[in-house]
Amino acid sequence: MNLDVVMLSRIQFALTLMFHYIFPPLTIGLGVFMVIIEAIWIKTGDASYKAMSLFWTKLFAINFALGVATGIVMEFQFGTNWATYSRYVGDIFGSALAAEAIFAFFLESGFLAVLVFGWDRVKPKTHFFATCMVALGAIFSSIWITVANSWQQTPSGYRIVRTMQGFYRAEVTDFWQMVFNPSMVHRVLHVWLGAFILGALFALSIGSYYLLKNKHTIFAQRTVKISLIYAAVCSITMLVSGHFQADAVAKNQPVKLAALEGHYTTGSGGTPLYICGWPSDKDKDVKCGLFVPGGLSFLVYQDFNKPVAGLDKVPAEDRPPVWLTFQSYHLMVALGMAFIGMTMLGLLFLKLGTLYKQRWLLWIYVLSVLGGYAANEGGWIAAEVGRQPWVVYGLLRTKDGVSKAIGPEHVIGSMILFGIVYTFLFFVWVWVMNHRIQLGPPETAKVAAEHAEQAATTMKKDPFAVIAGLLKRGPSSLSDSWRDSPPEHVEKTEDAK
Amino acid sequence: MHEDPTYLLNFIWFMLLGVLLTGYGVLDGFDLGVGILHPIANSDEERRIILNSIGPLWDGNEVWLVTFAGALFASFPDVYATALSSFYFAIMLILVGLIMRAVSIEFRSKIKTAAWFRFWDWSFFGSSTLVAFLFGFLIGHLFLGLPVGPDFELQRQAWNFTHPYPILTGILAVSTCAMHGSIFLYLKTEGELQSKVHNWIWHTYGTFVVLYIFTTIFTLTKIPSAASNLLRYPWLWSVVLLNVLAVGNIPRTIFLRKPGQAFVSSMVTLSALAALFGIAIFPNLIVSNINPAYSLSIYNAAASQGTLKTMFLIAMIGLPFVFSYTVITYWVFHGKVKLSNYSY
Repeated sequence: MNLDVVMLSRIQFALTLMFHYIFPPLTIGLGVFMVIIEAIWIKTGDASYKAMSLFWTKLFAINFALGVATGIVMEFQFGTNWATYSRYVGDIFGSALAAEAIFAFFLESGFLAVLVFGWDRVKPKTHFFATCMVALGAIFSSIWITVANSWQQTPSGYRIVRTMQGFYRAEVTDFWQMVFNPSMVHRVLHVWLGAFILGALFALSIGSYYLLKNKHTIFAQRTVKISLIYAAVCSITMLVSGHFQADAVAKNQPVKLAALEGHYTTGSGGTPLYICGWPSDKDKDVKCGLFVPGGLSFLVYQDFNKPVAGLDKVPAEDRPPVWLTFQSYHLMVALGMAFIGMTMLGLLFLKLGTLYKQRWLLWIYVLSVLGGYAANEGGWIAAEVGRQPWVVYGLLRTKDGVSKAIGPEHVIGSMILFGIVYTFLFFVWVWVMNHRIQLGPPETAKVAAEHAEQAATTMKKDPFAVIAGLLKRGPSSLSDSWRDSPPEHVEKTEDAK
Repeated sequence: MHEDPTYLLNFIWFMLLGVLLTGYGVLDGFDLGVGILHPIANSDEERRIILNSIGPLWDGNEVWLVTFAGALFASFPDVYATALSSFYFAIMLILVGLIMRAVSIEFRSKIKTAAWFRFWDWSFFGSSTLVAFLFGFLIGHLFLGLPVGPDFELQRQAWNFTHPYPILTGILAVSTCAMHGSIFLYLKTEGELQSKVHNWIWHTYGTFVVLYIFTTIFTLTKIPSAASNLLRYPWLWSVVLLNVLAVGNIPRTIFLRKPGQAFVSSMVTLSALAALFGIAIFPNLIVSNINPAYSLSIYNAAASQGTLKTMFLIAMIGLPFVFSYTVITYWVFHGKVKLSNYSY
């Protein structure tokens, strides 16, 4: 392996992206889970559900902050390490990033403040609205970034133009065709489901842990029940999504499919579908593999005997690395199947009423969250490594996208810097999360008492209440809400005028 | 300047980027400043009040930077590419600074031991100062111009990276944020802490004014081209006048104990500084100090007209929402900081 600027920048991008991607899928998936919990609270008024919401909010906030902080790194790295790529795709990729910021990030971050800090400042329904907006913002954000990435996989709605400086670049000719490029819809759905499953498994893992430790039993049973159903529905749907996703890859990126399946030589007759194995570039075959004869042919063509195009159909310089693509893809698929199995089994025990006593299954659930992370990361490794050697499929090679103004010393320097900071952050994150989980949810009685106390004061700062007041009583209604508690503050508020 | 109507969108995007950068400066400016001033507090309670004054706000403020970068990428991709790859290490340090700031705020309250608090307090201070300094440092370099060749790429060997001017503007940025942050804290605190903050403002303000005058003299003598647009379009002097009035209004309002007015003046000061930077470089975004013809301008470094137009529509649809979220958040969290169960 030649450690030049291209290779170093690829490693840096991959590592910083994989670190970043620990957080967003969790906040997307957990966001939806929190909407469910808070909706039950709003509907029933049962303070124990508010206690649940408070607990998940704290964990959500930690992950959200890390997601934002590590996400900014990604946005800037296109320019720092991949300047030539940025010049080439700015017209398209830049638009999607900017749209993401305007439509998603502001929504998320604005309402996150209300979600985390606004419990005693707004009415419950307004708080619920904020939670919904945060979840929606996270989902919007995943749409735009997946649009941008899908365009790299299956470019459309563009033309190649030569600029005044003599560069070539892609320019948008049809914005909607660019957005709805051939792979976008299935990939967005796939990303969402992956995130939902991770969010569900995260909650399931913590709930099961409490059950095993005999702590916070009511909280734990409810969490396990709700998150198990959430995980089961998404896992089953994921099977359908995964099928369409693979179908789309077969149609749009046949070379990538060949790498995902370790399919070196086209041959004649049916192409096997490997369950697992060890692809070897030297022998151009998968070693020690377990396979379904003709399985891939059947999935692609619904015909067990029609050969699927292999890597030998394209010149060697256009072939992606096979081993990593194959293994990460198969890891993802295997985990997806395992999630279906374990959630179905859980639903069965739930129906029989013995789920909370199945200690072995609960232990699997505790560990399943690691599988959720691995499946999300594995899927992206397969998608991105399988796209090689192109950074924009068929148009721009990764090695041609790198910055010209930097040398290996720059990238090595930044890798050391990020290596130290991210390793440190990883351990601190684990420590803080563990600390939070060990503390457990707040006591219901305490939450109920606080809630009663807060009910009197929240009206004043509630934006909806303020708007209602304005409509009913005109501008004079504002003067009530401007003051926190008149007696001790009158002097200072007058100062401010 | 080409007064060519076909390039109207390029001009609009120059202005919109100005709005986003100003938004970032005015908003994140105060929370960076709060971080810079954080160590002056004496007790844990004071430190928590200071931290919580920006608790619900800092995250939304940072989104302005993310949006600025995304919009720059989309509207002037060559500027985004050249600037970020040229300032490689400075950008990496800013990123590390922003990460450490975010986690310092988020993690500090999560484990309650003195050593834990101390570590994150210093990390909060250090990262805030670093980020503010580096932004000033980058702007100083953009004033000086970069050795950019005809292919828009930096010629690194021809670059005097350690010129004193960017270091001066970096320090100016730290003191500007400190002033802005101290006035914000004055608005958000009460009682004893507020009288303490009142004292700090005189220091931060004094430092700012001295550095600002010094930087202005340095700029006008060393980089005379910075004033060329002012000479060409005399009406732009109104920005200078506004700046002087805003700077002058700060001590008056602080003396009269009107924090709201003082904060508005401080916001106007920062906006005027951003506007003066725009005036100094217009119509360029990155000036080449090898040959002015190699500069990246709003005309030769822009995205296609189609994208500028689409992005303009996106901005027109999106910005009203952005303003309404900002207003809602600031409304919900207006008033003095009160520590509660939900605080950091």
